[in-house]
Formats: sequence, structure tokens, C-alpha cells
Amino acid sequence: MAELIRGTEVVADDWTWVRLPETNEPVRKSAGKVVLFKLTGEPAASDDVISACDIPAGKVLLPLSVWLRRRDELATRADDGEIGVWLDSHEEPAELAESLGGNLNRLPLIGVNFPKFIDGRGYSIAFILRTRFGYRNELRALGDVLRDQMFFFHRCGFDAYLLRADQKAERCIGALKDFTTPYQTSTDGQPPVFRRRAAPGAGA
Amino acid sequence: MYRYDEYDHTLVLERVAQYRDQLQRNLAGELSDDEFRPLRLQNGLYIQRHAPMLRVAIPYGMLSSTQLRKLSDIGRRYDRGYGHFSTRQNMQFNWPKLEDTGDILAELATVEMHAIQTSGNCIRNITTDPFAGVAPDEIVDPRPYCEVLRQWSTFHPEFAFLPRKFKIAVSGTLEDRAVTYAHDVGLQLYRDDKGEVLARVIVGGGMGRTPILGSVIHDALPWQHLPTYLDAVLRVYNRYGRRDNAYKARIKILVKAIGAETFARQVDEEWQLERDGIATVTQAELDRASAAFTDPDAPLRPATDAGFDAKRASDPAFARWVSRCVRGHKRPGYRAVTLSLKPTGVAPGDISCEQMDALADLADRYSFGELRVSHEQNVVLADVALADLYELWLGARAHGLATPNIGLLTDIICCPGGDFCSLANAKSIPIAQAIQEAFENLDYLYDVGDLELNISGCMNSCGHHHVGHIGILGVDKTGSEWYQVSIGGSQGNLTSLGDVIGPSFAAEEVPGVVTKLVETYVEQRTPEERFIDTVRRIGMAPFKARVYGEPTKKAEVTHG
Repeated sequence: MAELIRGTEVVADDWTWVRLPETNEPVRKSAGKVVLFKLTGEPAASDDVISACDIPAGKVLLPLSVWLRRRDELATRADDGEIGVWLDSHEEPAELAESLGGNLNRLPLIGVNFPKFIDGRGYSIAFILRTRFGYRNELRALGDVLRDQMFFFHRCGFDAYLLRADQKAERCIGALKDFTTPYQTSTDGQPPVFRRRAAPGAGA
Repeated sequence: MYRYDEYDHTLVLERVAQYRDQLQRNLAGELSDDEFRPLRLQNGLYIQRHAPMLRVAIPYGMLSSTQLRKLSDIGRRYDRGYGHFSTRQNMQFNWPKLEDTGDILAELATVEMHAIQTSGNCIRNITTDPFAGVAPDEIVDPRPYCEVLRQWSTFHPEFAFLPRKFKIAVSGTLEDRAVTYAHDVGLQLYRDDKGEVLARVIVGGGMGRTPILGSVIHDALPWQHLPTYLDAVLRVYNRYGRRDNAYKARIKILVKAIGAETFARQVDEEWQLERDGIATVTQAELDRASAAFTDPDAPLRPATDAGFDAKRASDPAFARWVSRCVRGHKRPGYRAVTLSLKPTGVAPGDISCEQMDALADLADRYSFGELRVSHEQNVVLADVALADLYELWLGARAHGLATPNIGLLTDIICCPGGDFCSLANAKSIPIAQAIQEAFENLDYLYDVGDLELNISGCMNSCGHHHVGHIGILGVDKTGSEWYQVSIGGSQGNLTSLGDVIGPSFAAEEVPGVVTKLVETYVEQRTPEERFIDTVRRIGMAPFKARVYGEPTKKAEVTHG
């Protein structure tokens, strides 16, 4: 059973993570001058799959494609705070922002999927959501969420982690503190070490 | 030399603890091999043909005698009494036991060393000019900037899982000695007319399967912005670099696919997000880093030394060594000395623990306890008094460290190849040795003069064969080892990639092919020309004709 960590606590998950069935039709790979985002050939959901997607009652975390295509019918639920949206690692935070008139904080929850833990795109997505789009609500790491990446997740702006089923929550919480004073700044607002060194009375 | 403060120490110790835990979980079966692999790789640990290989970081090639003694100690206790300097200015141990690697890292931490990000799909050890700080043609000492970037890149949370590895080189001289055009990012530091330091940012160069020279995407980036600008470069790459095919995953492929101008525009857009933010480097931090790289407290010396002149006149072997291994220094009365790790019969870059200890002693006695590793896999003592050169030479010679072949054909740059590396298609070390044996005649070698010969055992190009004047690449053809030969590659300001001369050769043919290439040069050269200049002037055809025996009207001339 996958456990959810919010902040540094294990909590019950009151959201339903909605996923589309896997498609076996990858987008054609292209290295053309304009096509940027499809270089890696991720599958795209068809209209049929999107309209057939079952959206249960209660709080739901929806794929970006479903939200974009069906947001009219979801408007009331969104106003009630029942809709969250998750991005896959190749998807564009800007598309989500545009669908919300630039205000991501209308969503109580955004998820970012790590299809494999070695796919590091989600870190940049989180950084962009927190900085460029000023998103302040819950940002949840989904998918291949493992202990040895917890420190990086946290620094890039995640504050919730839906662990892969085999992970032990208390050890993952411990891993959030693998390093006490990282060199760089990040979305966590820690100043880079060089600014601490320069501060009066600085010392580790 | 940069010394750790509390922050640096803490971070490295925390990494040792984290790694020990990961290793323990792997040995206990809690962490699968597949999940451990990227973690151990980011710590420089490969599982190789015979045993694990541990790659230790030598940030921008700078090493103290204390650190070198520790490497020697590790080589004795955990390896087989030697180590190997790589073309990325790092040291590799080829025979450690997996279970010992945690202890080795703890040992390294005691001398401010580690193996962080020496492999894996992350930002690797930053390399620079081995003559940084002493070169007469230096405009900006690159080392403080390298140190700032070392800290920026270490455990960068956003870029630990890039599409592929990412290598940065920095130079600050008129003549580029860091191969900046053949790196994922090359930074050329220079000064504007007010004396402010600026960086020319070159992106998307690289060797490997698809050799490409990089493109300039920013011509005048003020130094304060290096971390935030590089964040932007990495962010665009991290998001849009290909991940479906490891051979097309380097940043060069992305830059080529969308064009350097588009790439530069996207980077600039991304940069605005962080520009002038708290990651902008302060003058105080640059000053702090710069203070670590001041000139050693060296006494002023006269520009000439009568004893040196006398020895040079009376001892031809010394004179020969001076002519190849000693170069100019920005301060009068001092010289920078390169000690060759390329004697015939030893794998290029290999060094025994006895030699490490001897080198550490020589560094203490003659060069303020500091050494540098060059990407040509030799060791540099950067601050040697002219008056000490003769004694240094005697000491180095006693330990096999004074082969007078720097820059000559036998100063071969070579990866570990199929003898050690599980990626290699073919062996490289025996090829290097066979070539060295074919050119044992020192007079002939000196007559041939400057010639860079690089050997890589596979397309990963760790031996930088694309920029060798003569490049040799191991290829696999139906299960047997073959060698493709190219000529015309070059590092430096006129960086160029070599062209393949034709069909590949069997291992035993390679020394003969090199001999024919050299003979062709000797026949065709003008008095002032180096091998590479002749190749550039007359082109590939005469060389090809000689090697493949195509009919040529020119009379055959062979050297004696």
C-alpha cells in the first residue's frame, strides 16, 4: 500500500489519483526544428480515451489532458476545491497555468509524475511551478518516488510524496534530512552557502 | 589551494554516511541492483570487467601532496598498488572491493576528497588548464570560478538525473588548454576593457559517437551570473534533451536539433527567472575563493640561474628533458614542469603507489606541496625554481617520472580500454605500447616533434581521439577488435575534429599505419610545420595513399 507523506508526516490520502489507461501508440519521434516536446516520444491520450475517463466523486487528481479537455464540466467541482491536476514528466506547466488564467493557486493540489526515478524532468517542473508560476499549495511527487531522491524532491519544491508501495515511510522522512546545508539555493528559500559564509557571525 | 571549511566538510561526511547506507541496503538485498546503479555511479563506482572501478574526483585537477599520499595509501590498502589518472583529471582505482568502497570514501574525506558526481547522468567534475595561475598567457585565473561552480554543481537538486552526463570545462588563457569547444559547456573567461571578467559560453560540443564543436550562446556573460545562467542551460536541457536513446541524449543533440539560436533564446528566457536572484555570486565569495589560489609564498628569484645554464649545457639528457617538459611561468626564475606518466611499457596515466609517494615528496620539496593533473594524463608541478630544476629532474628520473616526451608522439592519451572497461569495444593500452615501441628512437621522435596521438577503446571517446592529430578508435566488427584511424584533429584555439582515413585495421597493423602517416609528414613538411599543420595544408590524400598503397607518382622515400 502506497503511503503518503505530507510535510514530514504520514497522512491518509483523501485524493483519488486518476490515471488514463496505458496506450501503446507512441507519438512519432521527431527531431525537427520546431517539435520540441515530443522528442522523447511519450504517448498522447486520444479524445476517446479522455472522454471515456471515469471521474469518481470526491477529491480527484486528474491527468492534465483530462482537465484541459473537460474543464467546463468540472468547473463547479473545481470551485469547491475537489479538483487537482497532475503533470507527466514531458508535460508543460505553462499549459496548466494558461487553463487557470495564470493562477495555479486556484488548485489545492498539483501532482508531478516520475515514471522512472531516473527521469529527472519532474524536478525542473516543480521548480518552474514554484518559481515562475508562484504556486503555493500542495505539490505532490507521484510514481517512482523513492527514499534516495527525497532530499532532491523537497529542495525542488515538493511538499508531499506518494511513495512507491515498497518504500518505508519513516526512512523516507529521515532521508529528507540527508544533508544539512546544501551549497545551492532552491525553491526552499535556503540561501546559497556562500551567503551564509558572508553573514556576520557565520559558522556551521 | 582551496581548503574545506565546516560547510564543505559536513557535506562530504554526510555523503559518506548516505552512501554507506545505500551500499548496505544493496548488499542486504533491500535496494535492487537497478536502483543502486545510478546511485553508485553518481559516486564514481562502476562495476567493471574484473572488479568495481572507483573514480575519485580531483576538482579541476588540483591536488595537494597530502592528498596524493592518501591516494597512494588507498592504492596500497584497497587496490593493487597503483592508480590511473584519467583524461578528466580524476584518479581511478581498478581493483577495489565493493564492500570496501564506503571505507575508501571515508578515508578520502579525511583529506578533503570524494567521488561525488564522477560518473552518472549528472554534472561531472569541472576541468581546466593544468597551468592555471602560472601560465604567462593567462588573462583570468580560472580556478576561483571553477570552485564556485564546483559548489554550485555539487548535489544540485534539480539536475541529479539529467538525460545524460554533463561536462564543463573552463579556460582563462589566450590559448585554450581546456578543450572548451568539445564539452557540453565550455567557458572561456576574459576581461573587458574595464577589466571586468566575462565568460564566453559555448554549449553543445562533445566527442563520443557524434563529435560536434560547441556553439557560442553568450559572448559576454558577467561572472556573477555563471550559476544562474548555467541553471537555465541545464533546465532547458533537463526538460527537452532526449531520454529515449542514450546515444542521442547529450546536450549537443538538442542544440543541433533546435539550432543554437533557438536554444540560446530559450536559455535566456529561462534565465530571467533567476537572474539577479540570491544565487548571483557575490564579490565576497569570489574573493574568498580567489584567496585560496594566491601565488605561493615564493621568494623572488633572478630570471636566470647560472647553475641551470651550466647543467643544461653539460648534460644533454637534462637539456632534452627541459626542452620537452619545462615551460614558462608568469614569475621570473620559476618554471612549470610536466612529469610524464607515459614511459614505454606502462599504460598511459598509470602511476604506482611508490611513484605517488615520490611525487608527493618532490612536490613538497620543489613546488610548495601542490600538483596538478592534466587532461593529457600527466602531472604538473607548477611552481619550480629554475635553480631547482636539475635536482628535481634527478629525483623524478629515479622514479621513472622524467621521460622527456611531453607533446611528442609517445605522450599518448589513452583510455583504459578493453583490458579494464566493460564498455570498450577493443583494447587500447596494448596499442599505445606497440606504438611507443615503434618510436623508441628518441632522435627520430624529436625530429618528428609535436604530435598528439589519442586512443579510445570505444565511441565514448574517453581518450579524446577526435581531437588527436592522429586519433585511433577501437571498433567492434563481428566480434573482433579493429581500429579506425583519423588525422587532422586538434585541441587548442584551432580546435578541429579529425577525419577517418579509411577502412579500419587489425591491432598488429596499427604501429605500421602510424609509421606511414609520420613518414608522409616527414617527407612533405616545410621546416616550420608540425604534423597537424602539414595535414591542414596538404589534406588527407597523400596520407591515405601512403597507408592504403594507392598508386602515387611520388618516389617512395623511407626513413632509415
